[in-house]
Amino acid sequence: MAWLDRTARAVFLTDFASAFVLGMRYFFKPKRTINYPFEKGPLSPRFRGEHALRRYANGEERCIACKLCEAICPAQAITIEAEPRDDGSRRTTRYDIDMLKCIYCGFCQEACPVDAIVEGPNFEFAAETREELMYDKDKLLANGDRWERAIAKNLELDAPYR
Amino acid sequence: MTKVIVDGTEVDVPGDFSLLQACEAAGAEIPRFCFHERLSIAGNCRMCLIEVKGAPKPVASCAQQVRDQRPGPNGEPPVLITNSAVIKKAREGVMEFLLLNHPLDCPICDQGGECDLQDQAMGYGRDDARTKEFRRAVTDKYMGPLVKTVMTRCIQCTRCVRFVAEVAGVEEIGASGRGEDMEITTYLEKSLTSELSANIIDLCPVGALTSKPYAFNARPWELRKTESIDAMDAIGSNIRIDARGPEVLRVLPRVNDDVNEEWISDKTRFVVDGLGRQRLDKPYIRRDGKLQPATWDEALAVVADKLKSTAPAKIAAITGDLVSVEPVKALKDLLASFGVASLDCRQDGAKLGGPRTSYLFNSTIAGIEDADAILLVGTNPRWEAPLVNSRIRKAWLRHPVAVARIGAPTDLTYPVSELGEDFGVLGKLAAGEGDFAEALKNAKHPMVIVGQSALARADGAAILAAAAKLAAATGMIGPEGAEGWCGFNVLHDAAGRVGALDAGFLPAEGGRDVAGILDGAAKGDVEVVWLLGADEIDTAKLGNAFVIYQGSHGDAGAHRANVILPGAAYTEEPGLFVNTEGRVQKAERAVFPPGEARENWKIIRAVSGAAGKPLPYDDLTALRAALTAAVPHFGTLDTPAGSPGADTALWSGVGAAGEIAAGPVAYKIKDFYLTNPIARASKTMAECSREFIAVPALQAAE
Repeated sequence: MAWLDRTARAVFLTDFASAFVLGMRYFFKPKRTINYPFEKGPLSPRFRGEHALRRYANGEERCIACKLCEAICPAQAITIEAEPRDDGSRRTTRYDIDMLKCIYCGFCQEACPVDAIVEGPNFEFAAETREELMYDKDKLLANGDRWERAIAKNLELDAPYR
Repeated sequence: MTKVIVDGTEVDVPGDFSLLQACEAAGAEIPRFCFHERLSIAGNCRMCLIEVKGAPKPVASCAQQVRDQRPGPNGEPPVLITNSAVIKKAREGVMEFLLLNHPLDCPICDQGGECDLQDQAMGYGRDDARTKEFRRAVTDKYMGPLVKTVMTRCIQCTRCVRFVAEVAGVEEIGASGRGEDMEITTYLEKSLTSELSANIIDLCPVGALTSKPYAFNARPWELRKTESIDAMDAIGSNIRIDARGPEVLRVLPRVNDDVNEEWISDKTRFVVDGLGRQRLDKPYIRRDGKLQPATWDEALAVVADKLKSTAPAKIAAITGDLVSVEPVKALKDLLASFGVASLDCRQDGAKLGGPRTSYLFNSTIAGIEDADAILLVGTNPRWEAPLVNSRIRKAWLRHPVAVARIGAPTDLTYPVSELGEDFGVLGKLAAGEGDFAEALKNAKHPMVIVGQSALARADGAAILAAAAKLAAATGMIGPEGAEGWCGFNVLHDAAGRVGALDAGFLPAEGGRDVAGILDGAAKGDVEVVWLLGADEIDTAKLGNAFVIYQGSHGDAGAHRANVILPGAAYTEEPGLFVNTEGRVQKAERAVFPPGEARENWKIIRAVSGAAGKPLPYDDLTALRAALTAAVPHFGTLDTPAGSPGADTALWSGVGAAGEIAAGPVAYKIKDFYLTNPIARASKTMAECSREFIAVPALQAAE
């Protein structure tokens, strides 16, 4: 009697009706997508986004050129050169991150003894050319200055779990 | 030999071994900070604690000897335990005390990654501090332009104090205060005036003493390590070259008990910044009176044309001090194929040549430790070969050694009886006149060391002959063979010299020596001069000659050159160096030569091709095979020549008879820190020269 069943469904448009009901059910449910550039999803304080080099409150850069981040970087994306600054302290003369090599594992910020290199909450740094993603020290420090409040907040929120 | 049981294994060790060494012989690892094999025992770090059966508490294993241990009740060997829980706890306690005042600045410390304290804290350290007190802070001391101090990190092991007092022989570091207040200081902020001072950087188990020129430059894990041979003096120190990318960052010593033990001179260590400055990185040709960049093809063609169009009698070649054997051999073969006879490797005009024994340090450097009477003839070993000087000092510390010198007095860090500045004394000593003749006669292992300053004089050959005569007359030349003693020594100061002499880069029949070449060039008899890294000659005397300069640095030779062929420096090409003992050692390439510079023997091979007389070797292996075929001992690495025996025919042929002129001897090296083109290009060496040579000279003048 299978032919009878098939014919009945075809005549009474049951497939169409049930699909329409399903569609309407989703139509009235709350939406799962967001209106991205104007709306953004929530981020964990541990989110590993674009890198930044932080400064102390007095404006002194935190990085002391210990090169632990360079050593641990599994993608070998970090390049550091250092020499004594005029006041005798140990500072980098070059701190480059190749953001194309970076795999955003966060090992650099884990290795950093002074919380200088961090992966901040910014994930919107796509660029049109490769060169724009070869970050140098100035770019990273500028990132740090721009994102300091958010980064400090995130570090504070995450501190109890460390 | 004494038997001890270490952790259940019985070992048989010499009685004068410390317990620490006995444990190491048994394969147990003992942590230590203050103990060092080549320094006296201090026993103040307490890290090497072990348990000795029968002793009431752990003992410092460095401070007791095996022969002082009591056997068991039934005469069993003493029992040492290195791995018990008691020992672990005791060492952890010591470590906690050491770390009480040690700052937590590993991230900014240059020792980080190669630090004894860091490594041992991984095994014995706590992960937290139990104290809340402030850590002590100590002001940093000034120790000169080479050693950077961060004295807060010091754990008072006193290795530096012992090294400077014992090995370097200048008592310029000491400790003041007691307990927590103990500080290592120099006297009145004075820099260390020793050529070996920078070895304290290696000795320091923490980051208190680090290298100033290398400060914050790199981390040990970034460096590419190459084991090689030094070319700054004729000792042939075994070194490790640490490079990152195209740049040599530092040089460290390797252990070779027969040559440099584990020390190197400051020049060896810090000259490397000169490798990046004043480099010849492309060929140049002088056109219209100016050196202008050229291509290799042009430069090779010019050189080949000159060689082909000039009469062989009007061509000459001089090799320099830093050149390895391979290019010397290639240049000799190339010029021999043109029939050139005027070849010389003795830039300073030293009257050496002839049998190999007559220009070697026959007793070997390690043999100095056996010597009991040493006569220095026209040499200042402290500057010509700092490690030979430290060996003499070591011998003097161990047993009575009578050291005498003919030459100007200088401080050699051990007592020297001055025999005046007249080399005529050599004849008198051979005849048995004078107190020192008596000392030589009574000595079991007498030794004469003839320096280049004496041999470079016009009467150098006569001085050499007189020294050989003295050696024969005072029984310095013992039986033949490795066991024999041969106290006739020539001390070289140029790394390439012995190799070039061995390869026979000397005037052939009818050829000119260096003085002859310069003379001929001034008169116009010599029209083409090939300088292979030769910068220590008086280039003003080259007259109108066409000068081909092949070398690494823009120094005197390149300044005068008509064609510059840029070559590799000693860190940039594999090569054989023969040290003053006649020991053949292999240097390796650490980095590539900069720009268009090439390996030196390859340049000569290319010239031979351009000149239509290609040399019969296309790679280094073939060149070395040709070298070994011509001179067999180049095939035997790391073996000194050994004593030739008292063969009278040989010894009477050394040097040449002649009058020895009266008059004082001027030492050849006026400034230890600026003896070669690389050193003159080095900023660190310039600083040292100012601090240690120029300023004291000014102060002395005032």
